[in-house]
Amino acid sequence: MAKITSLNDLRKIKDELQQKIRLRENADSPEAMVQIRVGMATSGIASGAKEVFIFLVDELEKRNVDAVVTQTGDMGYSYAEPTIEVILPGKDPVVFGWVDVEKADEIIEKYIRGGELVEGIIPANYNTIDD
Amino acid sequence: MANYKYHLLVCGGTGCKASESDRIVNMLNNEIRENGLSSDAKVVTTGCFGFCEKGPIVKVLPDNTFYTRVTPEDSKEIVMEHLVKGRRVERLLYVDPETKKHITDSKHMGFYQKQIRIALRNCGFIDPENIDEAISRDAYIALGNVLAGMTPEETCNVVKESGLRGRGGGGFPTGLKWEITRKSQADQKYVVCNADEGDPGAFMDRSILEGDPHAVLEAMAICGWAIGATKGLIYIRAEYPLAIKRLKIAIDQAMEYGLLGKDIFGSGFDFEIELRYGAGAFVCGEETALIHSMEGSRGEPTFKPPFPSVEGYLGKPTNVNNVETFANIPVIFNKGAKWFASIGTERSKGTKVFALAGKINNVGLIEVPMGTTLREVIFEIGGGIKDGKAFKAVQTGGPSGGCLTQKHLDTPIEYDTLIEAGSMMGSGGMIVMDEDDCMVSVAKYYLDFTVEESCGKCSPCRIGNKRLHEMLETITKGEGTMETLDKLKTLSHVIKDTSLCGLGQTAPNPVLSTMDNFWEEYLEHVEGHKCRAGSCKSLMQYIIIPENCVGCTACARNCPVNCISGERKQLHVIDQTVCIKCGTCMEKCKFNAIEIV
Ligand SMILES: Cc1cc2nc3c(=O)[nH]c(=O)nc-3n(C[C@H](O)[C@H](O)[C@H](O)COP(=O)(O)O)c2cc1C
Ligand code: SF4
Ligand code: SF4
Ligand code: SF4
Repeated sequence: MAKITSLNDLRKIKDELQQKIRLRENADSPEAMVQIRVGMATSGIASGAKEVFIFLVDELEKRNVDAVVTQTGDMGYSYAEPTIEVILPGKDPVVFGWVDVEKADEIIEKYIRGGELVEGIIPANYNTIDD
Repeated sequence: MANYKYHLLVCGGTGCKASESDRIVNMLNNEIRENGLSSDAKVVTTGCFGFCEKGPIVKVLPDNTFYTRVTPEDSKEIVMEHLVKGRRVERLLYVDPETKKHITDSKHMGFYQKQIRIALRNCGFIDPENIDEAISRDAYIALGNVLAGMTPEETCNVVKESGLRGRGGGGFPTGLKWEITRKSQADQKYVVCNADEGDPGAFMDRSILEGDPHAVLEAMAICGWAIGATKGLIYIRAEYPLAIKRLKIAIDQAMEYGLLGKDIFGSGFDFEIELRYGAGAFVCGEETALIHSMEGSRGEPTFKPPFPSVEGYLGKPTNVNNVETFANIPVIFNKGAKWFASIGTERSKGTKVFALAGKINNVGLIEVPMGTTLREVIFEIGGGIKDGKAFKAVQTGGPSGGCLTQKHLDTPIEYDTLIEAGSMMGSGGMIVMDEDDCMVSVAKYYLDFTVEESCGKCSPCRIGNKRLHEMLETITKGEGTMETLDKLKTLSHVIKDTSLCGLGQTAPNPVLSTMDNFWEEYLEHVEGHKCRAGSCKSLMQYIIIPENCVGCTACARNCPVNCISGERKQLHVIDQTVCIKCGTCMEKCKFNAIEIV
């Protein structure tokens, strides 16, 4: 290990290291971030939810969006798999259906970063999502 | 660098290690590898989560899923279900004792809702054996700032403004102590961390050292700068092997990075830390005894003054602080003295860590803002009394403290209010008692401890406390009189006033506080020869209820001392003078004809 010889050194190292526990920090205050849930019941996985999940985690990181991406079970919209639910800070949850990697890319760019709605929103009855 | 999608935090505190958290970590890692998830999920061993009652704990992030009572065999299911399929493993979730519902998310657990974590901020969050994780949570930033831009005097002032008071029991203002030590002139001074933690049932300090050792090391270095010391010593009991191991790793890593050692941050300031081991005598936690023990002489207290801040280790000015006191320091510098002082009450600032134990649902480690009431701690965070029994008392302050009752439940927890109520903050042990606990026996239990731990140097403590113990013994045997009660009180006051050190001065507190708050129980023992809790054996009687006895002889045949007499099909009687209260007769009687009065 190299010696840390100044406060600036330490700050630089800290900023780099912080990336590694970003996931834990964010999980601690999810209200302040973009929260995304990907429906990953068996049918969701079969229809490509796993790829969407991995794409979201990697891309949000690359594009510097502070977000918490979690998996969840069946969302109750099996006709529209894969489905994802997005909660922007202070906003109501919005559910998107038939999400593939391309669609996910559009959701990140347009809805999450730009705040515009995109095609594919399905009427939310989000009470059923959690249980 | 791989970008993990999941972090699995596994508690590696002493309690959870005992229940195989190491194996859980190994098996989780195996499963993750086998399922090709090595670049997606990372397993991290952390310090204590505090929720020891339900350990071992595995917390999955980012969704904050909180699995309790996990066994190594559950690892496969957690990986297959949660990580692969995205479904929580329902049967391992925490069940809310009131609603009986599964709680998926630690944010919704009553146990965590009222807590604010300052001293425990990294416990259960980072891997304590990896300095990088500590650095990513700001470790050593406060030290860097202090060395770069503050004079020792300014450093002391920040601590003074924060209002921080010692967490080791006495509650002495920390900033003031630092300033006194700073002003003492000497060629060498010392910073000592008191990690002796001798209160029965306490494990706050151990958990901090196991979960976040760098916080304590950094704080000691800041203290060194503030008072003008280049050497720090941690006095830790040898029974804390895991804490010792993690401290050693932390010191080595900090030395390697140059965050301890010579010329820290190029400031010219040197600071080194060594460990010293104690044999686990309670009195060695007292600061003068602790210093003597470190010097290689007997761990006996000496009269103060001189205080250690003037004349301590090897006769040099020495600043002694408790582990938890130190753990608050880096946060105070990072977030500001004002921020810290805004938490808590007028005269007690910040938070306090407590080890909840006894007849309470959520046994474990908690940290609450000063001013939280006992009711909130016991019923909201602690989840209430076990088995639906009635609350009777809560003991705070360990062997130096006292028992508080129903009428104190809404008392805010502060140094001064607890003393007014007849107890004290102490180091943070909190033992909850229910209707089955006899308060005279509780007082006796603490006296057992202090008599055993007295160093014997001065007679009020050595002889006096033994007498108190004997009198309590007499009372629990039903042989006490009103005179015994009088003597008990008078002698208690004498011991308090004349003992040399804190051990003797506070030893009678459990007696006095139970006499104050549960006087009627003492009276019942001496006048009615009764123990309402049914815990003093000598005061119980097994008697046969004539209406129910059919004369089956089962009791008589099984009594080990043959003290039950009666003919077949006739009423039986117990000879109370011979009965040893073993309870066999009651077990054997099929007709519910034997009861305890
Ligand atoms: C009998 C006795 C035992 C003590 N045990 C401890 C202990 O285990 N840990 C501790 O920090 N302080 C203990 N103290 C208090 C110390 O003497 C000292 O006040 C404390 O370490 C100062 O640190 P603080 O100001 O940060 O609380 C004990 C005091 C007495 C009288
Ligand atoms: S009060 Fe007790 S422990 Fe303290 S010096 Fe006297 S005998 Fe020793
Ligand atoms: S309690 Fe034990 S000793 Fe007493 S009468 Fe019953 S069996 Fe005999
Ligand atoms: S066992 Fe019960 S019923 Fe039988 S003789 Fe003893 S007290 Fe009576």
